[in-house]
Amino acid sequence: MELCPSVKNVLLLDSEGNRIAAKYYCDDWPTNSTKEAFEKAVFTKTQKTNARTEAEIAMIENNVVVYKFVQNLHFFVTGGEDENELILATVVQGFSDAVGILLSTCSRGQVDKREALENLDLILMCLDEIVDGGIILETDPNVIAGKIASQSLDAGGPLSEQTISQALATAREHLTRSLLK
Amino acid sequence: MAQPFMKKDDDDEEADYSPFLGIEKGAVLQEARVFNDPQLDPRRCSQVITKLLYLLNQGETFTKTEATEVFFAVTKLFQSRDIGLRRMVYLMIKEISPSADEVIIVTSSLMKDMNSKTDMYRANAIRVLCRITDGTLLTQIERYLKQAIVDKNPVVASAALVSGIHLLQTNPEIVKRWSNEVQEAVQSRAALVQFHALAVLHQIRQNDRLAVSKLVTSLTRGSVRSPLAQCLLIRYTSQVIHESAGNSQTGERPFFDYLESCLRHKAEMVILEAARAITELNGVTSRELTPAITVLQLFLSSSKPVLRFAAVRTLNKVAMTHPMAVTNCNIDMESLISDQNRSIATLAITTLLKTGNESSVDRLMKQITNFMSDIADEFKIVVVEAIRSLCLKFPLKYRSLMNFLSNILREEGGFEYKKAIIDSIVILIRDIPEAKESGLLHLCEFIEDCEFTYLSTQILHFLGIEGPKTSDPSKYIRYIYNRVHLENATVRASAVSTLAKFGAMVESLKPRIFVLLRRCLFDSDDEVRDRATLYLNTLGCDDSEVETSASTNEFLFGSLEVPLANLETSLKNYEPSDESFDINSVPKEIKSQPLAEKKAPGKKPTAGLAAPPSGPATTVDAYERLLSSIAEFSSFGKLFKSSAPVELTEAGTEYAVNVVKHIFDSHVLFQYNCTNTIPEVLLENVAVIVDSSDAEEFSEVASKPLRSLPYDSPGQTFVAFEKPDGVPAVGKFSNMLKFIVKEVDLPTGEAEEDGVEDEYQLEDLEVVAADYMLKVGVSNFRNAWESMGADFERVDEYGLGSRESLTEAMNAVIDLLGMQPCEGTEVVPSNSRSHSCLLSGVYIGNVKVLVRLSFGIDGQRDVAMKLAVRSEDESVSDAIHEIVASG
Repeated sequence: MELCPSVKNVLLLDSEGNRIAAKYYCDDWPTNSTKEAFEKAVFTKTQKTNARTEAEIAMIENNVVVYKFVQNLHFFVTGGEDENELILATVVQGFSDAVGILLSTCSRGQVDKREALENLDLILMCLDEIVDGGIILETDPNVIAGKIASQSLDAGGPLSEQTISQALATAREHLTRSLLK
Repeated sequence: MAQPFMKKDDDDEEADYSPFLGIEKGAVLQEARVFNDPQLDPRRCSQVITKLLYLLNQGETFTKTEATEVFFAVTKLFQSRDIGLRRMVYLMIKEISPSADEVIIVTSSLMKDMNSKTDMYRANAIRVLCRITDGTLLTQIERYLKQAIVDKNPVVASAALVSGIHLLQTNPEIVKRWSNEVQEAVQSRAALVQFHALAVLHQIRQNDRLAVSKLVTSLTRGSVRSPLAQCLLIRYTSQVIHESAGNSQTGERPFFDYLESCLRHKAEMVILEAARAITELNGVTSRELTPAITVLQLFLSSSKPVLRFAAVRTLNKVAMTHPMAVTNCNIDMESLISDQNRSIATLAITTLLKTGNESSVDRLMKQITNFMSDIADEFKIVVVEAIRSLCLKFPLKYRSLMNFLSNILREEGGFEYKKAIIDSIVILIRDIPEAKESGLLHLCEFIEDCEFTYLSTQILHFLGIEGPKTSDPSKYIRYIYNRVHLENATVRASAVSTLAKFGAMVESLKPRIFVLLRRCLFDSDDEVRDRATLYLNTLGCDDSEVETSASTNEFLFGSLEVPLANLETSLKNYEPSDESFDINSVPKEIKSQPLAEKKAPGKKPTAGLAAPPSGPATTVDAYERLLSSIAEFSSFGKLFKSSAPVELTEAGTEYAVNVVKHIFDSHVLFQYNCTNTIPEVLLENVAVIVDSSDAEEFSEVASKPLRSLPYDSPGQTFVAFEKPDGVPAVGKFSNMLKFIVKEVDLPTGEAEEDGVEDEYQLEDLEVVAADYMLKVGVSNFRNAWESMGADFERVDEYGLGSRESLTEAMNAVIDLLGMQPCEGTEVVPSNSRSHSCLLSGVYIGNVKVLVRLSFGIDGQRDVAMKLAVRSEDESVSDAIHEIVASG
C-alpha cells in the first residue's frame, strides 16, 4: 500500500487554458490527448472561480485539484481522491510563490504569461525542484527560488545584480568570440 | 551571431505574444547542432534546450533516432562549466530517458558531478543518475549514495533519499542495505530530509509488521518536527492500529493518545491528517470521535476554501456511519450552503441531509430549492441521491420530498441528472406505497414534455407495471395515448405495449384500449403496427367477453427467463430449418466472458472429433456443440451446467491438464483438456484413469481416450460417470494421466515407431454441491421473493467462527453455494458490522432457488449468519441448508 503523500500532476496553464508547462507523475493520463482533455476539464471547471487571494479546490475525475491564479497564470496541483488537501495546497502555494519570486526578478518584472514563456527554463527548473516523480521535494517558495536563482547566476551573486552580471557575462562571451576569430 | 530567442524589453504588449510562436521541431533539432561547436555558447545552448523541452512539454514526441541524436549532442555540453546550462542538461537527460547502452556515455560525467564540491551539482546529479540507471550501475554508485544520505546539506540528502524511494520499486534489495544511513537521516534537523527518510525507512520495513510497530512506537514519542513527516507518521500509526485491532479487545486503543495530541499540532495539515485518521478508525466510538469533530468544526468557518472543503468532506464521510456525531456542526454547515465554492456547498447539503431529523426536513428543502438553480448537473445528481436516501429514511416526509423531486424534474437539466431524478422517483414509488399515485402522476407529466427517448420508454414500461394496480388506472391512459400521437417510433412502440398491459390487467378498460390499439394499426412504423396487431390478437379483441388468460399474460408480459446475451447468441447460431427455435435450448447460465476467451485454445476441436466451425461462440454453447457431436455422450440428455476449468497440474510442467465438469441429470462428464508442452515428444492413446473409490454414488460408464497429442496442440479426453437421477451427488476423484510417449525427430517432425508407456499423476478433482447450481440472476429480488411464497421457506442460523472480514465470510458462502449475487448486494460497505446479501440460482432439476443471507460480525470477529431459503421444492430448500451445514 502506498502511504506516502503523492502528487499526480502539476500544471501551469494560461488564462485560455493553454499549457505553459505541465508535469505528470502517474499513468492515469497515458497520452498527450488524455492529458489535454484533463487540462481542459480542469480549466473549464475552475475558470470562473476566484482563486487569487486563497488557493481554491475542486474534485475533478475523482481527483483532488488545488489551484491558484496569479494574473493570467493558472497553477494546478492534482492528487488522488484521498490525498490530504492541505498538503496539495502547500505544493501549489510553493509553486506559484516560487514562480512569482523568480519572474519578478526578471527583465520586465511582471508575473504573467509572457514573462513565464520568456523564462520557461526557470519554470521548468522550478517544477523539477518541487516534485520528483510524484514525491514532494520542497515546498518553501524561498528555498525553491533560491536553488534556481543561485544556479542561473555565477554562484553566490545576489538576485538584484542578476541583470548586470548577465550583461557582463554576455559581454565577455562576445569579446572572446571576436578575439578568436 | 544568432539572435537570442528571448526578446527582452519589447514594447509589444500583445497578449498572445509568445517567444515560441511558429516553433517547429525540425528547425529546433537543426539548431541543436550548436551543442557540437568547439567553442560552446552556454546561453545559446540553454535556449536551444529550453526550446526542446518546450516541444516535449507541449506533447511533441521525438523518434528514436532524434532522441539519440539529441542525447549525444547534449552529452557534449558537460564540457561547459556554466551552472545554468548544466542544470538544463540534467533536465534534458531526464526528459529523454536514454536507453541502457546510452546511459554509459553520461555515467562518468554524472559520477564526477556527484562528487563535486558544489552542492547543487551533487543533488541534481544524484537525481538524474538514479532516474536513468539500472541495477548493475547502481552497485557502483551505492557508496556515494549512502554518503549523500547523511550529507550535511539537506538538499543533497533529500535528493538521495527521494531517489531511494523510486529505486525501491526496481531494486529493493540494494536500498534495503542503506537502513543505517536512513535511520540517521530520520533524526535530521532539516524538515524535508526527515520526511523523505521516514518514507524510505517505512518502505524498507513495510513487510515486517513488528519493525513498523517499533518504528511508530519510538517516533510517536516526539522527535518528528516536520509537518509532512508528521502526516506520514500518522498514516503509519493508523495502519498499525488497524492491523493490531484484532488482538486488543479490552482497554484503550493503542496510539490513540498520539493521534489526539496531533489534533493540537500547530500545522493545519497535521491536524487534518489526525482528525481524518481518527474518523476512519475501525469501529470508532463517539467518545473517540468528539475531539476530531471539534477541530473539523473549527475548520468549517476558516477563510481558506481548501480547509473548509477538507473539513466538510471528512464530516460528510463521518455522517454516513455516525450521523449523530456530526449534528453539532449543523449550524456551521448550513451557512456553508451559500459558499462560493460549489463543491463545498454540495458537500454541506448532502451532509445535512444525512444528519437531519424528521422535523428539519422541510426547512432544509426550502434552502436547497434556492441552491439547486445555481449548481452544475454533477452536483445536482449528488443532491438528488442524498434526497432519495433521506426519503427512504423518513417515509412520512415523502410528500415534500416528492414535490421537490417533481419540481426539479420540470427544470432544465441534462440526461444524467434527469435520469437520477427519475430513478429516485421510481425507487420511492416502489418502496413507499403512499407515494405511488402522486409519483406516477409526476412521471406522466414529465413524459408529456420529455426530450430523452430512453427516459420516456423507461417510464412507459414502469407505468405499464404499476399503473394498472392503482385505484383509478384510467387516468393514465390519456398520457400514454398522447405519446402515440406525438413521439418518435421507439416511444410510440413502447406506449402501445403499455396500453396493452392496461388492457390485459384491467378488464373494465379493455374495450376502450382495443379502440386505441386499432388506431395504432395505421401507424407509419412497422414495429408499432406489429406490436398493436400482436396485442390485439392475443388479448382477444374479437370476443371481448373472454377473460385474458393467465398464460397469455405470462406470454406477453412475463419476464424472459434467459439472459439476453445468451438469447442473442443462440438466435445467431440458429439456422433456418424445419425445426423451430426452442427458447428452452438457450443456456441460462450467466457466463463470464473473459474466461471463455482465455480458454479458447483449450477447447480447439481435434481431428478425431467432427469439428464444428469455431466462431465467436461462448463457452456454454461451444461445450454443448462439442458434447453433442460425440456419439458416446449424446444420450445423456440436456447439459445442465459446465464448470469453469479447474487446473490439475502446476503451471510450467511438462503436461498441462485442466478439467471441465459437465453436469447432466443422471451423468457427470469430465472433460480433460490436455496440452503437451515438450516439442521433442508425441503422446498417443492419452487417457485419464480415474479412481472413484471416494465417490460412492458414481460409477464409470464410458471414456474416450485421445488418439494423439502432438506438441502445443491441445486435445481432450473424456470420462463419463453415472449417478442417481437428479441427485446432487458429491465426491472426490483421483486422476492419473496415462499415455504412450514417442520421441520426435525435431527437424523432420516425424515420430519414432516405438513408444514407451508412461503415467503422470494429476491432482485430485472434486464434484461439489455448487456444481449443481446455475448462477441465474433475477432483476427484482423482492418481487421474485414475494412471488415464490413462503411455502417452502427454510430459515436457520449458523456460526461461521472467526473470520477476517464480513466480505471474506460472505464470499466463502457464495462460493460454496455457487449462486448469483443480486442487486449488487455482494459488496459490503467498509466498516459495517452487518450485511445482507441476496442470491439467486437454479438447482439441478430446474428448480429456482432464492437465498437471503444476513451476516453479523462482533468484536472478536466471530461471524454469525442467518440463512433463509425459498425455492419451488421443499427438498431443495433443505438441500441448500445441508450444503451450508456440511460446508
